[in-house]
Amino acid sequence: MSDMRPLVEPRRRGGTGAAGAPHLVSAPVGKPDDSAHIAAVRLTKSYRKAGMEIPVLRGVDLEVRRGEFLSIIGQSGSGKSTLLHLLGLLDAPDSGEVQLGGQRIDNLPMHKRDWIRNQELGMIFQFYHLLPELTALENVLSPLLISEGIFSYFRNRRRHVQRATELLEQVGLGHRLKHRPSELSGGEMQRAAIARALAAQPQVLLADEPTGNLDSETGREILRILRTLNDQQNVTIIMVTHDRAIAAEADRTVRLARGSMEVA
Amino acid sequence: MYTLFLCWRYLRTRWIALASVVSVMLGVATMIVVNGVMEGFTREMQGRIHGILSDVVFEANNLEGFPDAAGHMRRIEELAGPYIAGMTPTVALPGQLAFEVDGQWQTRHVSFIGVDTTTYGEVSDFNRYLRHPQSRKHLDFTLHEGGYDLVEGEPDTLKNSGWPHRRQKAVTGAAKSAVALPTAVAKAEQPPPDEVVIRDGYRYRRVRQAPQPGEVVAALRNPFEPLNNAPQFDPSKDTGTGVVLGLGLARVASADGKKFLVLPGDDVKVTVPTATVPPKPSSDTFTVVDLYESGMSEYDANFIFMPLAKLQEMRGMIDRQSGIANVTAIQIKLHNDADGEHVRNLLREAFPGGYYSVHTWRDKQGPLLAAVGMQTVILNILLGMIILVAGFGIFASFCMIVAEKRRDIGILKSLGASSAGVMSIFLSYGLSLGIVGAGAGMLIGLVFIANIQWIADLIARLTGQEVFDPTIYYFQEIPTVVEPLTVLVIVTVAIAIAVQASVIPALMASFLKPVEALRNE
Repeated sequence: MSDMRPLVEPRRRGGTGAAGAPHLVSAPVGKPDDSAHIAAVRLTKSYRKAGMEIPVLRGVDLEVRRGEFLSIIGQSGSGKSTLLHLLGLLDAPDSGEVQLGGQRIDNLPMHKRDWIRNQELGMIFQFYHLLPELTALENVLSPLLISEGIFSYFRNRRRHVQRATELLEQVGLGHRLKHRPSELSGGEMQRAAIARALAAQPQVLLADEPTGNLDSETGREILRILRTLNDQQNVTIIMVTHDRAIAAEADRTVRLARGSMEVA
Repeated sequence: MYTLFLCWRYLRTRWIALASVVSVMLGVATMIVVNGVMEGFTREMQGRIHGILSDVVFEANNLEGFPDAAGHMRRIEELAGPYIAGMTPTVALPGQLAFEVDGQWQTRHVSFIGVDTTTYGEVSDFNRYLRHPQSRKHLDFTLHEGGYDLVEGEPDTLKNSGWPHRRQKAVTGAAKSAVALPTAVAKAEQPPPDEVVIRDGYRYRRVRQAPQPGEVVAALRNPFEPLNNAPQFDPSKDTGTGVVLGLGLARVASADGKKFLVLPGDDVKVTVPTATVPPKPSSDTFTVVDLYESGMSEYDANFIFMPLAKLQEMRGMIDRQSGIANVTAIQIKLHNDADGEHVRNLLREAFPGGYYSVHTWRDKQGPLLAAVGMQTVILNILLGMIILVAGFGIFASFCMIVAEKRRDIGILKSLGASSAGVMSIFLSYGLSLGIVGAGAGMLIGLVFIANIQWIADLIARLTGQEVFDPTIYYFQEIPTVVEPLTVLVIVTVAIAIAVQASVIPALMASFLKPVEALRNE
């Protein structure tokens, strides 16, 4: 995979308009710098089950630098998926803050959080979560479809399809463009999911047990793709896993136990 | 963009959801067919009612009528002249008609309508319903030399009726009376003109009657004065005054086809009450000159048309000194764009309500038209319920789809889809299903209406039961009218119900928390 072309093109966005704009200024390509790209500040979250308050996160502090590849390990039920969901704005914390590029993002209005999920964050799941009705190509296109209106989509359609095709070719699925998820193997589905996560050129990739459902060989292949992304395009990656061997691939590993962070 | 894209994709890949709109489709199709038939039925009925009745009927509230029809018409002309296309005076009078069928006299209670031969045809469409082509052009109450038009299923005895029928009947009648015994002759022979046949229990009784004073006066000026008072009345050459009978009287339908009881050329006895107090019967012999069929069984079995002057004379409505005759009604025809109710109100204001009454043709048949309208409303309510039930079907299957799609909804939200976007996927999905269902229903309904006769025949052949019995409904073909506005309303309502049914599932989808949807089981 060393011959991979850059998956994420250098950003050409100005710092105007959208919330949290300052962090969008492109960082120099290279190894982690010192500024915190995405951070959790004293995050707490608890679930209510049968009238009982069950604390899952009890004040989690986490700072991930730009371009860092971090893995979070922990046992089942340690709250690592919950933490990832909070970072990915899929859920709201009970207290504490989620920051992106130094700005708090968990309390933004709904449409801004939707926009950040679409543009700034890419998510990969253990069960791939591709849309079964769509082909691999359409799945990769879906974040672009979501961000575009009808007319702008048709105006940019050619460009979008080209980009989605390139992404799929780069993860080795150039021959599977028109296949439905049900016609793909687990590894292929996960690679399509990675391509989808990258479609809108996010700077942060959140991976929830990306290899949890794959055999070790396929899992390593997925990891190699993530590694390459991190190395070549300086994408910040946070990967949740329960497997120490997998976690070892990352730059840094932290452990989540009983709702708080420990150094692994 | 993704909402339309996904909606389209769901529509194309999830056929099971289409099953839920089958009931919408059937409901829409049924509603279109029912409304088409009801509308056709109503129009047909109105056409027939209107065919006999003129636009506005100005009539006296009693049988005596009012004198000086010409004066009344002038007054009406002054009041509503610009709206009026034509007027004709008529006399309507209940009475009895007796005719001979297979040597037996049959008496019917009927209404006689005396019409002015020159103007009646201009005011009503009555002439259209006559059977002889010449009568249709101009009704003059004279007997024709055959050539009457037949309707399917009728024996061709009608075709050659008229004079040929009359001559032949005169020959056979003479032969019969020559060979028959005197008692039998008395039975078969037509009663003398100055006698009237009265039904007494189950027997007929002949009553000798004094000539009415009116008859004598009228005999001087009435060109239609029957010759049968003359001693040399020869049935093979002479006729009584002409009358036109409705087919409801003249024809019977039985299992082995249609049969005529009376044909043009036959003589009938007419008895009406005189205008004296107390009334006395006044009778005369008439000759049937034509038959009519308006399609309204009520009219066809009841109304018998004859020349106005003859009816006035029999009734004794003609003033001896002045020669001015009473009429009971003035039929008014309006210009096409005139408002009948406006004219009616104008006339109602000007003429005292106790003595005159003014109606539009719609008022005359108000209860019937209202009943048909009521049926349409009730059917629409019931069929609307079907579509409503179909809406609940859509609701149920949408709830299932949303439950099944929980994970996909979570994925979309994790990719940045907004709650409104997710909601609009399901709303537009409901809208598309509604459009598909209602559109298919509309097509089916329209095709059904276009081929309704064929379908009715097929059902009749399969079940042996006539769907629309022509002898009851008077329709040779099932009348249908497709009103574009009605179709539009039905389709729009059906689509609206489908969208309504998808609102709650769509809200459920939009409120779904992505974390709950994506949690790894």
